[in-house]
Amino acid sequence: MKHKGPGLALVAALGLTVLTAQAKTLVYCSEGSPEGFNPSLYAAGTTFDASSRPIFNRLVEFERGSIKLVPGLAESWTIAEDGLTYTFMLRKGVKFHSNKDFTPTREFDADDVVYSFERQLKDDHPMHKVSGGQYEYFESMDMPALIESIEKIDRMTVRFTLNRPEAPFLSNLGMDFASIMSREHAEAMLEAGTPEKADLEPVGTGPFALFAYQKDAVIRYKANPDYWAGKAAIDDLIFAITPDASVRLQKLYAGECHVMAYPNPADVASIRNDSRLTLQEQEGLNVGYLGFNTEKAPFTDKRVRQALNMAVDKEAIIDAVYQGAAMVAKNPFPPTIWSYNESTVDYAYDPDAARQLLAEAGVSNLETDIWAMPVQRPYNPNARRMAELIQADWAKVGVNARIVSFEWGEYLKRSRLGEHQTVLMGWTGDNGDPDNFLFTLLGCEAAKDGANRARWCNQDFDDLLMQAKITADVAKRTGYYEKAQLIFKEEAPWITIAHSMVFMPMRKEVVGYKIDPLGTHSFYGVDLQ
Amino acid sequence: MLRFTLTRIGLVLPTFVGITLLAFAMVRLIPGDPIELLVGERGITPERHAELRADLGLDKPLLVQYALYIGAVVKGDLGKSIVTKRPVSDEFFTLFPATVELSLCALAFAMIVGLPAGIIAAVRRGSMFDHTVMGAALTGYSMPIFWWGLLLIILFSGILGWTPVSGRISLLFYFDAATGFMLIDSLLSGQEGAFASTLSHLVLPTIVLGTIPLAVIARQTRSAMLEVLNEDYVRTARAKGLAPLRAIGLHALRNALIPVVTVIGLQVGVLFAGAVLTETIFAWPGIGKWLIDSISRRDYPSVQGGILLIATTVIIVNLAVDLLYGLINPRIRHKN
Repeated sequence: MKHKGPGLALVAALGLTVLTAQAKTLVYCSEGSPEGFNPSLYAAGTTFDASSRPIFNRLVEFERGSIKLVPGLAESWTIAEDGLTYTFMLRKGVKFHSNKDFTPTREFDADDVVYSFERQLKDDHPMHKVSGGQYEYFESMDMPALIESIEKIDRMTVRFTLNRPEAPFLSNLGMDFASIMSREHAEAMLEAGTPEKADLEPVGTGPFALFAYQKDAVIRYKANPDYWAGKAAIDDLIFAITPDASVRLQKLYAGECHVMAYPNPADVASIRNDSRLTLQEQEGLNVGYLGFNTEKAPFTDKRVRQALNMAVDKEAIIDAVYQGAAMVAKNPFPPTIWSYNESTVDYAYDPDAARQLLAEAGVSNLETDIWAMPVQRPYNPNARRMAELIQADWAKVGVNARIVSFEWGEYLKRSRLGEHQTVLMGWTGDNGDPDNFLFTLLGCEAAKDGANRARWCNQDFDDLLMQAKITADVAKRTGYYEKAQLIFKEEAPWITIAHSMVFMPMRKEVVGYKIDPLGTHSFYGVDLQ
Repeated sequence: MLRFTLTRIGLVLPTFVGITLLAFAMVRLIPGDPIELLVGERGITPERHAELRADLGLDKPLLVQYALYIGAVVKGDLGKSIVTKRPVSDEFFTLFPATVELSLCALAFAMIVGLPAGIIAAVRRGSMFDHTVMGAALTGYSMPIFWWGLLLIILFSGILGWTPVSGRISLLFYFDAATGFMLIDSLLSGQEGAFASTLSHLVLPTIVLGTIPLAVIARQTRSAMLEVLNEDYVRTARAKGLAPLRAIGLHALRNALIPVVTVIGLQVGVLFAGAVLTETIFAWPGIGKWLIDSISRRDYPSVQGGILLIATTVIIVNLAVDLLYGLINPRIRHKN
């Protein structure tokens, strides 16, 4: 036996609830193993839940349960008038975790910030190639092109200089890939000839320190007693990795875990009625949509796109596909994000008007396809069913659609290359900035590399996005985005279908849990009664 | 015997080459792209996509990729996982003991229940017991593992509360894995209740994974016994006045066991196949679950390495059964 809390064996057989009276242990039934513990190397939510959220901090953080940015490892910051330089004043007295191979000799400072970004940015950084050396999130947020330099001004001040103004930059720094790691730890591991240990045995400043990990079984964390924002209310945090949703629920019922991830939509009603459990729910930061390939006739004609919008009964889709747990979408991002345009008028369900508009556009007996993804996603629990409903709706206005599907990787690739005519797709936001939806999914740049699956490039719309990108003033940006949403609706490159609800079942004794709109699961601030 | 052994081992080598080729080709033949799956809806520029393919060595012609792969395998290097970037063999051998432990328990369960059930059913042919056992065996054999597992969890863990839902041991115990076999590690840990907790966690997955082999063994034992019971020597033994138990136990069973042993050897493959689903339901950290994840992520090195190592295990077990057979039965040895 290498380690065990005092008196643990004594209460071992008595169950978790007894234990909570001594050392508070919260067990979270998670859905899978993390890919690793360095969040900058990976892009999966499961990995972020296990790495960036408990173990690390970022310069700026999203306030618990919201998308509002608050100070993290930076106590304050200033942004230059031209939007090109960001100066961060760092928090003093922040301590890094220790583990069996490493004990920090100094507190967090500017060197750690510079290290965390330069490792991802510079090909010749000694740590760049370690652990595969692929920083896909950093790349996909266009950070290499955006960041000109990162300088240490003094021990507690860091300056980022950008190549162009980018208003969402601050939000980007709150994202998981921007987690701050210990430079001293990386150097020690590099010197010891085991640089990959810097990623496998992470050292962060976060509320919990990694204690032990058994792949596909369990991850154990201990509360960081020196956490700068105060020690967590629980002492031990355990992730019980349980891939099957029905089994996770059984474990929750049996008291083998306190909180579970991703319930089956079909179980939601019985969870709600169970006296042992509480069910938190919140609108997800997501959108499910159907994109028209605007490079292929007749979808080059906006009247056709508008007509097919009018032909779809969205309420029926919400009932049948989401079992009511979603709201009809009219804008490309959900109302929880600032600048959501309330005044947008959606296309009402009107098959007659749709038929008429199609006739005006000179389209008759249209043959097309609907691509339905083969996987369940938070924004679309059953794409096949959704495609069938749309197919039936379109048939009523004389459009004959064939449902097409591929294996998920193939689906992503082919739709990126624009092989489809119409495609079901969706998005979950990264950082709560409208730019993260509009520019990523609908910008002209994205039409080139394919994340814009409608391949729609509208100059007026794109100009507004670019204006908003270089404007720091949120009120002005809101104006640009509100206008952009009206253009989007008028041009109808998508049928905006739904913003789905997110559910989080937990035991009654869990208090203080807040659903993260950005989709991660974190347990700082959570307590057991 | 030496010649027999060498011939058997000689036959194994081409099998290995075949397996590497098959694993390599099949995982590439199924559609899907590991890089697309890694980036998801976000998408990736064609330039970056090409760069990553080159990083992973996927841009080289298939033959070159295969040659490089075989070259590395010969040196004992199975490559690194595309997803976790960890050496494939490290991941495999961390998880393998869990699968072996579960499989052995399932096999033991199948034999302990299956053999006597088959024998009694044969002896009491046509009786109520016979019909019940054979009906149950057929049902067990046709039971979808996923559904069966959930059913047991809901009944025994959910409603009755007799067994834990999933995992290998209660989360309250923590000790370093000395062998990877939880039954042994929990004993070595010296922690009170750890071994009992391990046993209670093994009950349901053992039943679920052991059900199909149990059905096969029971049916095979019954039919082999029926055949032997009608043989002259058994009738003679009974006519000589030998007690029924002795006639069955000593004369009939020993001969009937030969085909049963073959079937038991073949169950190793069945157990590995069943482990894939059983491990997913019971959150059992073994190679079955790992392989499924690797396939769905198109993690080529993990799939290739995993299949190769699993196949190696099956081959070694079958080789051992073959050699054992030769040892027991001279007719087989000399035929070769």
